[in-house]
Amino acid sequence: MEITLELIVFTVLALFIGVSAILAVTTRRILRAATYLLFVLFGTAGIYFQLNYSFLGAVQLLIYAGGITVLYVFSILLTSSQGDKAEDLKGYKLFAGLGATLLSLGICLWVMLRHDFNPSHFEHGELHVKTIGHALMSPEKFGYVLPFEVISILLLACIVGGILIARKR
Amino acid sequence: MIKMEYYLVVSTIMMFVGIYGFVTRRNLLAMLISVELILNSVDINFVVFNRFLFPEQLEGFFFTLFAIGISAAETAVAIAIIINIYRNIRNIDAKSLREMKW
Repeated sequence: MEITLELIVFTVLALFIGVSAILAVTTRRILRAATYLLFVLFGTAGIYFQLNYSFLGAVQLLIYAGGITVLYVFSILLTSSQGDKAEDLKGYKLFAGLGATLLSLGICLWVMLRHDFNPSHFEHGELHVKTIGHALMSPEKFGYVLPFEVISILLLACIVGGILIARKR
Repeated sequence: MIKMEYYLVVSTIMMFVGIYGFVTRRNLLAMLISVELILNSVDINFVVFNRFLFPEQLEGFFFTLFAIGISAAETAVAIAIIINIYRNIRNIDAKSLREMKW
């Protein structure tokens, strides 16, 4: 297998995502965890760009990296005091969590790598935004107008619910 | 060409790192960050299956698009609840949440 630019980019992205994800769950300061989560989301957007789904990468950057992370940072600043650190895990809890996770990871990787997928192929080519828009708004087969409307109602319900829960009484 | 399995390995590792964080962290916001990792790894899986196995269709693409929207909504409501909890008991540790009604 020859080394191509694509492979190098993928390796860098994969290492970036893996290291940031592990740091996000093991760091003891919660604000750093949010920052590492932001790095993971950037890496995911990079994978979408690499798979030629630019629209999805842009959505990921806008909503996740731009919106959700800011929400996290603000709520961390609201709820944690200066120098707040997570306490050290007790030995048996750490080993139970780590053991169960590694075991399930091994089983999942084993099943996935042994499975014969359909012949996969990757052709370059951008997905046009026009195609996405037509599919999103069409009521025909393979059209997504119903989920589009349902998610708009869900977001409205979330706005109302968020205000109702978080307001001062 | 990069094989499809490489992407799946990355997303599997991300998923189980998220599960590890969800099991071991005690701060509600840290647990929410771990849930975010899990959701993100599933999104990668949808996109990769769509791109490599069914490139002429768009199901995985739209599942990811809607999953991103729904996870934004979920985060907003969860953070509203966490801020409400903080306002009541001045603490967001999972172990100090013994009752749901004040």
